[in-house]
Amino acid sequence: MAKRIDVSGLSAYYGSFRAIEDISMTVEPRSVTAFIGPSGCGKSTFLRTLNRMHEVTPGGRVDGKVMLDDENLYGAGVDPVAVRREVGMVFQRPNPFPTMSVYDNVAAGLRLNGSYKKSELSDVVEKSLKGANLWNEVKDRLNKPGSGLSGGQQQRLCIARAIAVEPKVLLMDEPCSALDPISTLAIEDLIGELKERFTIVIVTHNMQQAARVSDKTAFFNLAAVGQPGKLIEIDDTERIFSNPSVQATEDYISGRFG
Amino acid sequence: MSTVVAQKPKGSLQGARLPKWFPYALAGGSVALGIGISLAAGLDSNIQWGLIAAILFVVGTYVIATRVEGKRQAKDRIATSLVWVAFLLAVVPLVSLVWTTVARGVKVLDGYFLSHSMGVVADSEPGGGIYHAIIGSLEQVGLATAMGAPIGVLTAIYLVEYGRGKLAKAVTFFVDVMTGIPSIVAGLFILSIMLQFEMQPFGFAGSLALAILMMPVVVRSTEEMLKLVPNELREASLALGIPKWRTILKVVLPTAIGGITTGIMLAVARIAGETAPVLLLVFGNPFINNNPFEGAQASLPLYIYQQYSGGTDASYDRAWAASLTLIAFVMILNLGARGIARWKAPKTGR
Repeated sequence: MAKRIDVSGLSAYYGSFRAIEDISMTVEPRSVTAFIGPSGCGKSTFLRTLNRMHEVTPGGRVDGKVMLDDENLYGAGVDPVAVRREVGMVFQRPNPFPTMSVYDNVAAGLRLNGSYKKSELSDVVEKSLKGANLWNEVKDRLNKPGSGLSGGQQQRLCIARAIAVEPKVLLMDEPCSALDPISTLAIEDLIGELKERFTIVIVTHNMQQAARVSDKTAFFNLAAVGQPGKLIEIDDTERIFSNPSVQATEDYISGRFG
Repeated sequence: MSTVVAQKPKGSLQGARLPKWFPYALAGGSVALGIGISLAAGLDSNIQWGLIAAILFVVGTYVIATRVEGKRQAKDRIATSLVWVAFLLAVVPLVSLVWTTVARGVKVLDGYFLSHSMGVVADSEPGGGIYHAIIGSLEQVGLATAMGAPIGVLTAIYLVEYGRGKLAKAVTFFVDVMTGIPSIVAGLFILSIMLQFEMQPFGFAGSLALAILMMPVVVRSTEEMLKLVPNELREASLALGIPKWRTILKVVLPTAIGGITTGIMLAVARIAGETAPVLLLVFGNPFINNNPFEGAQASLPLYIYQQYSGGTDASYDRAWAASLTLIAFVMILNLGARGIARWKAPKTGR
């Protein structure tokens, strides 16, 4: 049940500082869109506006529209909690809940939302762990603490936790930057499988990763430090990496940056 | 000096080193010398020879290490020896206090002492016990904790999770001010209210004053513990569509529960030894009074104070035994808190 994201004229602020300016783009359902760009250009900030996590930061504020199919996430009366159930998120550093077991971590979303049937819970946990390609590694230690897993396993646990609540969209903020190449490969394979069910947006600093996993790539840049970040272009990944229409994109991708 | 240089090994990375037993030998020597000097000079205080030994040890370390090992190693050694001396200076009074209390307290501390009151015993006679004081202390401290701990924890949650702007700043400021309130002032505050309503002393009034003393301590420690919870956990929970209050209840608090419990227990330990507000508000009572809401009650610190003012050998013995009981009570609380902290702490094992 993936949904389309349609962003128009979106700006995000930290206090009086404008971090990103006037971004418009469309993300198709059941596709992977990668955000690339230099550090500080607002990729992560933009990603966090897509499930209203930006406003969790003190001083965080957003202008503009984000349509999830035909609902504006920033419309009047929209509950951010409801938005986040539709749009899940995986963070840069694996962050399983340290007080909970593997099982409880995956079940956390359902349990703490109170919207589950007891009989279904273990099925959902198994399905989510299988969906995150982690089931075989943890099925014998479901009751052990989640923080005892390796970094790559923890990140897949976090993905399992995120997909357990059946979101429509999955946001990933540099999900592999803290992982070794083999765990990275496991997660990239997983992204390929997950896009059958979810709309996926991924921020990455790894150009090869963007080329490998995404259907579309968006390049962000900022004019100078202290200036807001902007969307330079978004296009099919193949085109961005072979023949981008903007010179800055080509410079960034080919390493002739600045 | 030339002989020392001659002992230096050839390699440029190696330098002359004092043997491993050097600090122990020097410490032993300093103590012996300290006692010797004291005896020769006719000083009869333990503290005096201890201090002389400490100074000899520190100075000796520096001088010998400078001659043999060089300046940098000498500084390293002097820092180490200062740390050891400071450690001993801190530990010796503590051990001495515990030792004195145990040695003098065990004399009359037995089952009879713990299970009887002073109801029919005059303060000057032997016999009697602290049952009434234990009951009073447990009830007063228990009620104070039941009021102070939840309010303190909730205030800390407000400050860390919700507080922004002027209100939070004001609360922080007043918590800081409250931390410094002398216990007698808290007692007077409640007493002034009691006088307004022409009430007689009773246990719960003492609990109110103790709760006032306890709250800022709980707020401070809980605040620090909540700040230690990584923000990533809060974000992970919020991103799952979990409402903020459930995030705090189910993710933030369980992660910090060990530290919060320890903080509360320390606050309890602090108020368990308060005498001044109890003296004003609970008044003391040699009889057993199980009802904290009516009539004067006893409490352990107050009992100790009263028995020590009694001035007879029997009452001194009872005061020491009650002190030992109070220390044991606080110690058990602390051990309990550590147990809970270890049991509840985030698990990292595989």
